[in-house]
Amino acid sequence: MHGVEGFMYPNEMELQWSILIVLYPYITGLVAGAFILASLERVFNVAAVKPTYRLALLTALAFLIVAPMPLQMHLGHPERSWEMYVTPHKESAMAMFGFVYLWYLMAVLVLEIWFDYRKELVLTWRASTGIKRQFYGLLTLWSDNISPEALKLDDKIGRTLTVIGIPSAFMLHGYVGFIFGSIKANPWWSTPLMPIVFLFSAIVSGIAAVMLIYMATCKLRRTKIDMLCVDTIARYLYYAFIVDFTLEMLDLIHRLYVADESLQALDFMVKTKLFVSQIVIQIILGTLVPLVLLASVQMLKWSADARKRIYAAAGLLIMIGIFAMRWNVVIGGQLFSKSFLGYTTYKLAFATKEGLLPAILFMILPFLILWALVKILPPWEDGGTHAGDIRHGSTTGA
Amino acid sequence: MSADASPDRREFLKDSGRWILLTGAATLAWDFVVQGAPEQAPNYNATDHWWGMIIDIEKCIGCGNCVRACKAENGVPMTDESFRTWVERYTILPDAPEHPIVESPNGGYDGFLDLKQHGDGAKVFFVPKICNHCAHSPCVQVCPVGATFESPDGVVLVDKERCLGCRYCVQACPYGCRYIDPRTETVDKCTLCYHRITKGLTTACCETCPTGARQLVDLKDPKDPVHEFMRTHMINVLKPQMATGSKVYYNALDGAVR
Amino acid sequence: MSGKFRNYEHVLRMAGLFGAGIAIFLVVRWIMVPADFGLYGFYRAGALKEIAAQPITYAGRDACAECHTDVIEVRKGTRHEKVNCESCHGPLATHASGDVANPGKPDPKTVCAPCHAKMTGRPKTQPQLDFKDHAGDAPCIDCHKPHSPKVK
Repeated sequence: MHGVEGFMYPNEMELQWSILIVLYPYITGLVAGAFILASLERVFNVAAVKPTYRLALLTALAFLIVAPMPLQMHLGHPERSWEMYVTPHKESAMAMFGFVYLWYLMAVLVLEIWFDYRKELVLTWRASTGIKRQFYGLLTLWSDNISPEALKLDDKIGRTLTVIGIPSAFMLHGYVGFIFGSIKANPWWSTPLMPIVFLFSAIVSGIAAVMLIYMATCKLRRTKIDMLCVDTIARYLYYAFIVDFTLEMLDLIHRLYVADESLQALDFMVKTKLFVSQIVIQIILGTLVPLVLLASVQMLKWSADARKRIYAAAGLLIMIGIFAMRWNVVIGGQLFSKSFLGYTTYKLAFATKEGLLPAILFMILPFLILWALVKILPPWEDGGTHAGDIRHGSTTGA
Repeated sequence: MSADASPDRREFLKDSGRWILLTGAATLAWDFVVQGAPEQAPNYNATDHWWGMIIDIEKCIGCGNCVRACKAENGVPMTDESFRTWVERYTILPDAPEHPIVESPNGGYDGFLDLKQHGDGAKVFFVPKICNHCAHSPCVQVCPVGATFESPDGVVLVDKERCLGCRYCVQACPYGCRYIDPRTETVDKCTLCYHRITKGLTTACCETCPTGARQLVDLKDPKDPVHEFMRTHMINVLKPQMATGSKVYYNALDGAVR
Repeated sequence: MSGKFRNYEHVLRMAGLFGAGIAIFLVVRWIMVPADFGLYGFYRAGALKEIAAQPITYAGRDACAECHTDVIEVRKGTRHEKVNCESCHGPLATHASGDVANPGKPDPKTVCAPCHAKMTGRPKTQPQLDFKDHAGDAPCIDCHKPHSPKVK
């Protein structure tokens, strides 16, 4: 009746964490990864990726806004989630969620976007009328100083925020890995590598997401894709992916070598229940194929058109593969019994509170939000004019 | 502040000052309005007790009385996926000692009479399971809001008014003793019949166990038979490698038991 | 002087917004934490009382002994002496409190089997046998008085 083979403790037969809990690390991973890409330009001065700087920030914001939604949907009592802010249990990794999320949303992303866009916001405020004027006035907090000195200050603050933002992004996603990695009761989850594996796969998925979004929006706006930009992004994606792959292999090899009591049960589970999601989708399609594709670009000379297709294919496979990785961790960790003597089945319904339909809607929503953000805060005026241009000597408007 | 401060700065500071004063006044006013509930002194002194349980595998006859009594006493949902206590039957066949067959039909609620009865040299025994009320409980550690906790007398409990239903504790328990109560959408588990033991009664499962295989024990009471029992028997806990400080002590716990 | 202030005034506005947000958060937090939270540990102390207030369903052996002294006498020295009353009679708190005058007797056809039907895994000290072979369809209490089960 429950799809149980072998023996499971009676309370274990039904899974507790559903596809919505798979979605949450996936979405925060995209946020962290998109932000790391943005920081490449702002902090590490990789000028080639500038066309994606603002787009990456807006992507991060769009996904971050959606991130708590699958969690709220999953909770038995979402109306009590404020308790995490009011009585956070400091020993619990999950209690960090409220503060890390709020910090990252407000103190990092919102502030950085505000300081970067302030000049355009003020200019739009000055140039519009009616409701639009009120709205942009609010966004600028009714301060309209965009003198070169003020913009220089904005740039300095923005840079500081990005520097703070990098470890904050690591925290935002790393603690999710720790939530799983610190559960000694579950050998599939319990490893010190978990936060790091989560983080690097997040970086990979985030960079791939921004790359895909950039290429898609160029196509939609009928502008030329900046090949230097995507080539650079693809190179960093390749490096990050090698690290991620190495870490996951390290975890696997360690498990096989040490062969503790859980190995037999886990090995059996991977070869049967998780065969499609782990071996086929995550490893072969989601890791090996994109790695080969990206490596081929580093080693062979492809034409610009061929490279675009490779990047699109690799990016898409990576997005699917990293989702599969989250699935295999979250769902996989609940498919086997803690007695190591049995397995159960995850029954994914469609139109229920934690079914496939809400999951799909939660994945569509960030793109709708991104579309709205792009309308309010256009990221592609003249290849990305921002306060940083003051440094490089070019000014537009004033 | 210099006398010739710019008009902008003076305005700004005046506005901020006004805001701060108003907020400060508001918080002081709230202090008077919100009164905490007065403490009521209980006549049961929790710090005099440190509860646990002894389960004697040699005495368990697999009758299922404990499972039925627990569900009746505590209103546990009658589904087959919510149990505060359950009984497992271990069958270790002579040619496969490393692959025990474990069964718990409806948690042992209806006993085990309908199952295949193994003869021929198989080693068969019953293992009642329960929340271990761990002294270093991993479930208490991971609760994000303090909705599950260990009482001063050593019982791990759930505050149903605060539980979010996030299920982190369900994942963290190595023994599988927690479940979600679908009626309250909060986590539920064995309370060691806290409402009974604080009134001098024993737990429902111990009360109805016909052979005395389950005994409530008070480790802080020097006259409790537990001390003598632990001195004269080979005692073990479930999953000792997890170092949870489990307070449910088993006698004759076979190494095959998970 | 005023020019310089104008250049960072927008930062102060944003800082003010954040400050207000933090202040509101602190106030809300102060209000929302239950007064008895943290008294004994990281939890709401009132939960202990609430959990302890759950109604009782099994009265317990001592409650039965208060009135049914005759049965207690009969059971002395028998093999069922240590088996508590409610193991067979079911939950009786409503009877012990006086609400239910006559709770009825357990069904003699089904009450003995859970403990005494032959089943592997039971310790050898437990009396158990195949009921059909032993007595056919006859109820156990025809020969075994439940409070002193040994057949004289």
